[in-house]
Amino acid sequence: MKLLTHNMLTSHVKGVTKGYPLLIKATEVKVSEVEFNPNFVSRMIPKLEWSALVQAADGLGHLQDLPAELVTDYENNEDFLRKVHRVLLEVEVLEGCLQCPESGREFPISRGVPNMLLNEDEA
Amino acid sequence: MASSCRRPEHMAPPEIFYNEEEAKKYSQNSRIIEIQSQMSGRAVELLNLPEDQPCFLLDVGCGSGLSGDYLSEEGHCWVGVDISTAMLDVALDREVEGDLLLGDMGEGLPFRPGTFDGCISISALQWLCNADKKTHSPHKRLYTFFSTLYSSLSRGARAVFQLYPENSEQLELITSQAMKAGFSGGMVVDYPNSTKAKKFFLCLFAGFSGTLPKGLGSETVDRGIPSQVQFTGQRSRFKNMKGKSAKKGKDWILEKKERRRRQGREVRADTKYTARQRRPHF
Repeated sequence: MKLLTHNMLTSHVKGVTKGYPLLIKATEVKVSEVEFNPNFVSRMIPKLEWSALVQAADGLGHLQDLPAELVTDYENNEDFLRKVHRVLLEVEVLEGCLQCPESGREFPISRGVPNMLLNEDEA
Repeated sequence: MASSCRRPEHMAPPEIFYNEEEAKKYSQNSRIIEIQSQMSGRAVELLNLPEDQPCFLLDVGCGSGLSGDYLSEEGHCWVGVDISTAMLDVALDREVEGDLLLGDMGEGLPFRPGTFDGCISISALQWLCNADKKTHSPHKRLYTFFSTLYSSLSRGARAVFQLYPENSEQLELITSQAMKAGFSGGMVVDYPNSTKAKKFFLCLFAGFSGTLPKGLGSETVDRGIPSQVQFTGQRSRFKNMKGKSAKKGKDWILEKKERRRRQGREVRADTKYTARQRRPHF
């Protein structure tokens, strides 16, 4: 699971009003090379929840010294875009679990695929 | 029940039907791969994404990622959701570029509002019409799916679903729940005159009303069969109403001349002498 996907994921357990951001408890993390597309990264930045991204990257130890606040004029800052690209698309969580901050429900991750299936009483 | 055995939805729930053996077909059977890629290509075409702009898309029922390959080829980034672990394992083995999630679309999509620029789904939606567990209600599951999908799409985004509806009631169930969730749009039918090539695509718009694209091969329908019954105020004469006219009569001759004119033959013009009886001879 890439951190881009993690940034978009919320908990959808019944009764949870704000199941965001999911807490990552990773046991295995992989960094793989992905082609850099500055256009895509700068398009995705306004959609991101920046604080959640920084928190998740910090938790995995791949912060790449990203600032706590989003810099202005990021479209033309290629160095910054490259860092964001690395965190968003190249860092992958392979094994571990995601925890809902409100209910404490854990969603296991195996082979990089989070299991978001709910039990019958949670749907 | 010979016909129903051909529909996989009637055999088992999706997480059980798509086991290792069935999933293997989606990476090995060239016919399945060809059909899947064709439908994905058409679905992406119907999505009408802006050109030269990489988008963030959702693939519901991504399976082994055949449809996702199409999105990667066009330079888009995608997230796939599927309920079958065996199919997702095949996707992992094929090293697809998108991110994968194990999830049931009937339980709703776990995404933040406004995440995706579009959504495609190939042959998955009809599975939601079945109640595989005692707690399942197709109406409710469809509504949960569509309402969570609506919120996770950005404004003006499209969602295109290729599906195999079993009957018209099923189609109505799906479209009514989609409209209830706030979508506009409708069905696009490709090749409506062919039994084999006919394909149904449900095109939904989140938050704006575009015009529905035309189905492929459907131009002939518009031309051949008028959509409304022909009507004129003119009364038809009684003798014209009962089939052919009496042989050698004036109407019969006029009809025959008209018929031969339509065939492109050389026919004398109609005059006051046409079909007039000759004077009697001794």
